[in-house]
Amino acid sequence: MVIDTREHWRWPEVHWVNKELDWRAGGAITAGVDVGSISSKTAVMVDGKLYAYAILRTGASSPDSAVRATKKALEGTGLEIEKIHLTIGTGYGRINVPFAQKTLTEIACHARGANFVWGPTVRTVLDMGGQDCKAIQCDERGKVTSFLMNDKCAAGTGRGVEAFADLVKVPIEKIGEESFSIKEEPKPISNTCVIFAKSEALGLLRKGWDRNVVIASYLSAMAHRVYTLLERVGIAKDFVISGGIAKNPGVVRRLTTLTGIEPLAPNPQYDPQIVGAIGGALFAHAMLQKQKGAK
Amino acid sequence: MKAHYGYKDGSGEYFIVIDTDRCVQCSDGACVPACPLGLLERIQDDYDDTVCAVKEASRNKVKYACAPCKPVGAAAAPPCVAACARAGIRHTW
Repeated sequence: MVIDTREHWRWPEVHWVNKELDWRAGGAITAGVDVGSISSKTAVMVDGKLYAYAILRTGASSPDSAVRATKKALEGTGLEIEKIHLTIGTGYGRINVPFAQKTLTEIACHARGANFVWGPTVRTVLDMGGQDCKAIQCDERGKVTSFLMNDKCAAGTGRGVEAFADLVKVPIEKIGEESFSIKEEPKPISNTCVIFAKSEALGLLRKGWDRNVVIASYLSAMAHRVYTLLERVGIAKDFVISGGIAKNPGVVRRLTTLTGIEPLAPNPQYDPQIVGAIGGALFAHAMLQKQKGAK
Repeated sequence: MKAHYGYKDGSGEYFIVIDTDRCVQCSDGACVPACPLGLLERIQDDYDDTVCAVKEASRNKVKYACAPCKPVGAAAAPPCVAACARAGIRHTW
């Protein structure tokens, strides 16, 4: 018997540099460091334009994770952390970014980042993070007008999908597409707790349910759970989804069916996981401009 | 801004909603001392406005923490709601 020891939850880490920009020619270098519970993201901007970013897995130490993500973003550019003029820390571990001059909540940063990535028509942002879920409404400037965050449990979050990918032995990047290889959409399973959902899924698999039907059932439960949170805040067009689960069509398409509102497609230039860090870097840029104007 | 502090779990949705646009006009923050358990605080938000908020450590237990002020069948508003002259606080449950 061959035992499958692969880590199906492991998502690919990302590093991107804008080769058309030269940081040496820029006046204001700012960074947003979003230390989440699952992933750490750094976005570096030069004069308000995205220059580089990296998305890495958060380790046991938030400060180390922030430094690693930032060093990765700057890899091969010749730019060093010390040369960044202003850094804003955001996310779950925002107070643990050792080189940040200021911290802001990820709610404000996601709204600002979504405004930059998708444009000023964005009114609703759903951030499906590693261990929480945020529904945000914002105005045409990316300022938050209403928000709700649920981090009471991991159901409906990225960590839940990771745990489920490992259970059904399907790589996390493929789990969304696999959920559509079914004849009929099943009813959602328990959506109140990852542990209950896992044990219910295991029970269904043992009863002989097709694996893809169980995956569809789980992702449908996630979509239902998130939908109730969105309903509380209200969903207005344009609607966008950020965070790792934005890359999971199994959740996104089911959520679209529930809301009746098609979210804007991910901007191919920007990874949906980097939206909060971009927001942080934009806030830093604005602060820097304000400081320069005051002098 | 309407800030929803709280959570949704298997038993329901428990959010304290604070309308921070009304907080900005408030100078005394009367809701903060009105809460017998000290769940509320005055903070500077991300846009540098001084507003009221539910303390981070209390956000995931509001159902239980607020229970003494919200007995089943009670007609009177909880102290925090009653203390806010601008009707800026409400509970969703």
